[in-house]
Amino acid sequence: MHTVIQALILGVLTGGVYALMASGQTLIFGVMKVVNLAQGALVIAGAYLSYSLFTSLGLDPFVSILVTTPVLFGAGAGLQWLFLRPLREQDRAELSLLVTFAVALGIEGVLSVTYKTTYHTIQTGYADSSFTAGGYQISAVRLYAFVLSVAMLGLLYLLLERTRFGRAIRATVQNPESARLLGVNAHAVAAVGFGLGAATAAAAGAVYGLLYSFNSGSHYDLISRLLSIVVLGGLGSIGGSIVGALAMGVIASLVAALGPPIWSDFSFFVVLLAVLLIRPRGLFGASLRGAL
Amino acid sequence: MTALLEVDHLTKRFGGVTAVDDCSFTADGGAITGLIGPNGSGKTTVFNLVTGYLRADSGRIAFAGHAFTRPDPAALYRRGLSRTFQQARIFPELCALDNLIVAAGHPWRSLFAPRRGKADTARARALLDEFGLAAHGEHPAGSLSYGQRKLLEFASVLMSEPKLVLLDEPTAGVTPSLVATMERHIRRRHAAGIGFLIVEHDMNLVMRLCDPVIVLDRGARIAAGPPDAVRADPAVLDAYLGD
Amino acid sequence: MTLPGLFRAALFFAALTALPFVLTAHWIVNLGVFTLIYAGLASAWNLVGGLAGYPSLGHAAFFGAGAYAEAIYFQHRDVGADGLTPFFVLPLVGAAVAVLGLAVGWIAMRTRSDVFAIVTITLLFVAQTLAFNLNSITGGSQGIGMPGAPFDVDSYERPFYLVLVIILAFAMGATWAAMRSGVGLSLRAVAADEQRARGIGVHVTGVKLLAFAVSVGIAGMIGAVWAYYVSFVYPQFAIDPLITIGMVLMAYLGGRGTLWGPVLGALILVPAQQYLAYQYGATQLYLIAYAAVFLLIMLLMPRGILPSLSHLLRRRAARASEPADQTPADAVPTAEEMVR
Repeated sequence: MHTVIQALILGVLTGGVYALMASGQTLIFGVMKVVNLAQGALVIAGAYLSYSLFTSLGLDPFVSILVTTPVLFGAGAGLQWLFLRPLREQDRAELSLLVTFAVALGIEGVLSVTYKTTYHTIQTGYADSSFTAGGYQISAVRLYAFVLSVAMLGLLYLLLERTRFGRAIRATVQNPESARLLGVNAHAVAAVGFGLGAATAAAAGAVYGLLYSFNSGSHYDLISRLLSIVVLGGLGSIGGSIVGALAMGVIASLVAALGPPIWSDFSFFVVLLAVLLIRPRGLFGASLRGAL
Repeated sequence: MTALLEVDHLTKRFGGVTAVDDCSFTADGGAITGLIGPNGSGKTTVFNLVTGYLRADSGRIAFAGHAFTRPDPAALYRRGLSRTFQQARIFPELCALDNLIVAAGHPWRSLFAPRRGKADTARARALLDEFGLAAHGEHPAGSLSYGQRKLLEFASVLMSEPKLVLLDEPTAGVTPSLVATMERHIRRRHAAGIGFLIVEHDMNLVMRLCDPVIVLDRGARIAAGPPDAVRADPAVLDAYLGD
Repeated sequence: MTLPGLFRAALFFAALTALPFVLTAHWIVNLGVFTLIYAGLASAWNLVGGLAGYPSLGHAAFFGAGAYAEAIYFQHRDVGADGLTPFFVLPLVGAAVAVLGLAVGWIAMRTRSDVFAIVTITLLFVAQTLAFNLNSITGGSQGIGMPGAPFDVDSYERPFYLVLVIILAFAMGATWAAMRSGVGLSLRAVAADEQRARGIGVHVTGVKLLAFAVSVGIAGMIGAVWAYYVSFVYPQFAIDPLITIGMVLMAYLGGRGTLWGPVLGALILVPAQQYLAYQYGATQLYLIAYAAVFLLIMLLMPRGILPSLSHLLRRRAARASEPADQTPADAVPTAEEMVR
């Protein structure tokens, strides 16, 4: 029982981080109806950036977020503007997949040339410390990561609900045509949406770098997990992706605790399969069987 | 005698809005039935429910004696019910002729035969001729004008020799001459034995062409009968003008 | 396909077959082998990604499956005195992978094409993880070895080359058969508007699965040949996202959905890629190069070379003859042009 609860705690903490990454992905999908296959690569890029800032300037990863988020926000908006906006409306759905895949590759290429392919991780002083509460061990880093994720998600929520621009984004997600008719600048919304998605990746990247060892090729693993989460939660629902992330985190953690660790990696795929077989639209998503 | 299409107590809610409210009516295989109603009365939603593009919350339909609680467009097509869309959905990348041939609705085995089979091609060409699109046979359907696409779509759903055709606003957004053309084609096909259920906004056309006429308002049927009766029905006038 | 078309195809394959006998240098035939590998893969991918409009991003998994199947089967078996047995089992490998593809396709194709891409990417990663971890079957990261082929050293590559020509002919033949039959028409309808296709009686699920199964079966056979060629199957090379990327890129460059497009793409990119690898060594740089070429094509020539060329030629011809209202403003190549 103790193991189970320990795994649950770990699962929730990890799920929180995944939630942050997944919400960025979902936001991008909501705004542009584009599945961003470069989300994983953006997280890894964020991880590398934080790593560099840590090794060269001694900047704690959590602090480095202040730098990396605006940088990746700009990069994300730039990517959208350069590579996605020029696509013709009718081609966009199909080509965006390949375009974002190409972007992911490009990012991987640049990172591997810059940092070589050895694995890195951000080893801060507190990287190995942990708390004990009620007989359960909680890794300090994971706890901080979770808190950060919650904070960033809260910030995202405030942004979307309380600002005028956030409202424009939400309007575009719900009904792009009406939003456009009401004067919302679709291009600006798309660029900002993508930028926000990339910004969440930056924050998540700092955390990812603390928790795991990574190299330029790690984005495949990551994007597979993120996509499973997003499909579970339901494409287009941010709330859904948060729930999906927590659920996945817990499932993966429980599987790792109770069975051979390798199955934990597969748990994502198994859940993806299950979702596709039982309820393709996911927990909170709209029907996936083609739009009317 | 049971009607060809029976719609039984269909209900569909979207969030807080009841788009279709316990709606029931019938459409006969020998008639051109009109389905009218003010904006937002749920006409296209009913179409989508009947043809299986949307799942109803409750209710069922029966077509050609076969009941469907969960109608499926493919199954209905095979049984002889086809529909067109408001936006004229054709396959833009395929040429006009292929748009017709692909709609012939043959069983699996015939897929491996050459795609421009003699019989299908002859029928398709005849249809193209009839609809005035013969010159565009090899052009991609995407290059046709809106009106031409509507004609092409109409022609394509005739390929499977349906019993009932549901037309969703066949004259929306087309020139007056095309309205006349559409009417001509509908009448000709009707004379050949095909039933129609038409959603329309063009009142003149409906009154000329359709009998019976069914009126929806806020998702429910409020009147059904010959056009003259419906035209004079106070409930109908109220729905369109009142509130 | 018209008579000139058939003649061109015959000429092409004749020239292709003659090449290793005329230009016998090892590096040329080796280049030919890899070009054929990718031409076959790209053509196979085209059935699903081009004709049906379902961009599979996991075909490398099936390539790897075929490679492993071949290696595992021959690990402790004799390749025959003439070394041809591994080639004779190819149809079996293809069939086995195709059956696997039916199962995978049935699950993966239940939703629309972007979710399909998601599933196939995940599949790729899962396959790679399986390959790395099922040590008892796949040898894990140590890989699996196959007995070397007892071919004459001077013309070692030639048998592989010729077998790959046959596979390419098969792939193109399947594509051509699809295009001139109801299958291809159905696939293109699915690609254009799947929901509507279903509504007018097109056998959507059936043709999608058929295309997918044939496509991955061919990829599996090519993987098996590759395994025999390189003699040692390592998971990171057998199930490598770069293989998927390569075949997709080539199909897009040449013109996806066309018969000759993927082959053209391979003919252009494989030698270019080998040249770059030779000049600049580093594998990582060509990730960036791939990405760059990919993005350029998507943005500038999304239909690929062949359709863009034919579109240009048609416009020129139309402008030279008929009045303006007959020229489609934004036309797309028709099926005929695709098959020419």
